[in-house]
Amino acid sequence: MVQFPRYFTLWQKLGLTGVKLTAWLVLLFLMAPILVIIPLSFNAEPYFTFTQGMLALDPEAYSLKWYQEILADDKWLLAIKNSFYIGFMATIIATVLGTTAAIGLTRADMPFQRMIMALLLSPMIVPVIITAAGMFFFYSQLDIAGSYIGVILAHAALGTPFVVITVNAALAGFDYSLVRASLGMGARPVYTFFKVIMPLIRPGVISGALFAFVTSFDEVIVVLFLAGPEQRTIPRQMFSGLREEINPTILAVATLLVILSGLLLFTMEYLRARSEKMRSGTA
Amino acid sequence: MSNPELTPDEIKQADRNRRRSKLLATLFVVPLLVFIFVTFVAPIGTMLYRSFYHPTVSELIPNTLEALDDWSEDGSELPPNPTLNIFAVELKSLFEERLSGKLAEEINRALPGSSSLIKSTARLVSRADTAELETGGAALLFDSNSKWQQIELWQAIKKAGSVFTADYYLTALDLERSPSGEIVQRGTQIYLDLYWKSLKIAFYITLLTALIGFPLAWYLANAPTRIANTLMIFVLLPFWTSLLVRTTSWIALLQTNGVVNSTLQTLHIISEPLEMMYTQFATVIAMTHILLPFMILPLYSVMKGIDPSYFRAALSLGAKPIPAFIRIYLPMTVPGFSAGALLVFIISIGYYITPALVGGTEGQMISNLIAFHMQSSNNWELAAALGSLLLLLITLLYWLYDRLVGISNLKLG
Repeated sequence: MVQFPRYFTLWQKLGLTGVKLTAWLVLLFLMAPILVIIPLSFNAEPYFTFTQGMLALDPEAYSLKWYQEILADDKWLLAIKNSFYIGFMATIIATVLGTTAAIGLTRADMPFQRMIMALLLSPMIVPVIITAAGMFFFYSQLDIAGSYIGVILAHAALGTPFVVITVNAALAGFDYSLVRASLGMGARPVYTFFKVIMPLIRPGVISGALFAFVTSFDEVIVVLFLAGPEQRTIPRQMFSGLREEINPTILAVATLLVILSGLLLFTMEYLRARSEKMRSGTA
Repeated sequence: MSNPELTPDEIKQADRNRRRSKLLATLFVVPLLVFIFVTFVAPIGTMLYRSFYHPTVSELIPNTLEALDDWSEDGSELPPNPTLNIFAVELKSLFEERLSGKLAEEINRALPGSSSLIKSTARLVSRADTAELETGGAALLFDSNSKWQQIELWQAIKKAGSVFTADYYLTALDLERSPSGEIVQRGTQIYLDLYWKSLKIAFYITLLTALIGFPLAWYLANAPTRIANTLMIFVLLPFWTSLLVRTTSWIALLQTNGVVNSTLQTLHIISEPLEMMYTQFATVIAMTHILLPFMILPLYSVMKGIDPSYFRAALSLGAKPIPAFIRIYLPMTVPGFSAGALLVFIISIGYYITPALVGGTEGQMISNLIAFHMQSSNNWELAAALGSLLLLLITLLYWLYDRLVGISNLKLG
């Protein structure tokens, strides 16, 4: 809690308490919608709302049937498989290309640095509806619309800005004389990269990769435009579910996704703590 | 570089080294640049091209258009009979390939009301022999309908046949060409209204995120580290949660029989459920929730760096807390505000998924119309023109963001 300075008047204390109360209400606004779907996913009835039985904590009113339904539905299983496969492939491409580019970009003598940076980050800024429409036109000409390759390339493009940003941040304050020292002592460039640069920027690379994965995992619009029925992903399946027939299977999937994002958040925080420790260790 | 202690050779060597490291740095960036060009820039370029490139008609009636090239559309004469014969032949083969409807639709766009004329004439000419049409096609056209003797119709066909056109931009800006060729405003405003509404919705969302993000960011920045770190999780968890999940939550909350309505009814605050789903309100509230972390995070990181002693100094020098807050503290948070607000505004202006799912017709934004023209009406050129205008707007905002905040200062999470 924020301590009140002793010279504060009653009104000032009240005002501050008001601000704090507002802050807590905003936190509630942020969390409540996400938390509310977790119990709803155990609803025994096919509704999106709490039944009388649920409110009375009647065990009969709760059930796992929507979770069983996911496992029984080939469409959902395919979507889960696709989401992980596409996300994984796109992440690898985005991470490799993004990391190398970030290393080049942090050199002060890089020509047109600002312009290139603006271009490389633009997939993050341009509305995805525009990107998706353009990709639909262009990828159809290349004959890769409606294929895994098309969706993977598109998702990789959308994910690279995040890798560039996080690796860039990890490279801030990186001492390039370490690289020169390593090369000067006869290490090959590739060896230097993996033994000198990589260990120092690893947290940045991993968090960039996580961002790229989430970007792909969460992406719907490109999938709507580019993917055929074979490439349907989890968000795509949720989108059509929400548009056509709403049933609590979506809530069950959503609950699983909340758990997954909790895990991701935990990993990110762990990485952040580690990179902060590493930075203070070398400073 | 005039260092007296370096020999010319050494200077040359240093120069060479510099050039080499420049080249090396560039080589590292090239793979991603090429990748982004192929997977991202080229598609955007294709879309821009599609917004004024429209080959449909020229693919349907190539020979007619070639013949019409020699005909001056400014004159008062109809195209010569051989040209009309060619058209009749092409119309017959289009009918047989079931493409005459498409032609009718395209010409109708240039001259409203000509669709049924072309369809009925196509049916008529299809009954004639091709050989017969090659010589007497013109006469057959004139017999079938006197409208074929109107110059405007042929002007429309020639206009619809041009491969490059700015017409889709005119449509996207609610303009049209009058028969005399001037550009005038169309009777009904569809797209400009929608752009305006999108800007308004984005503005409301930015304002709301700023208003409710400020107290929370302030509290997080001033609370003891341990508490702040714990509470930060509540900001970051929604940030990391799938967009579809958060939109689903809002559907569960706002539905007619949803959580909010049933809670309010149980508490006897309302007797009839409120209609909140499929409204602009639903779009604004759900998107505020989704984009709030983008406001809180930059605000928080700026507030974290503000030394509290400035505010204390103002107070001890006799300033009242509220004026001190407004004149000392608030100006120092401006960098955070501008970063957060621009980011939220940029993201929300092109948002598609949430308005599509919770907004109904009232809460639709420009992206939804682009998607509609891509997927339902199949008017891809118009979708491309609308998208290009949106892209222009975003580019301006992006440029502004780079000038004010600097894109390399963008922080994630």
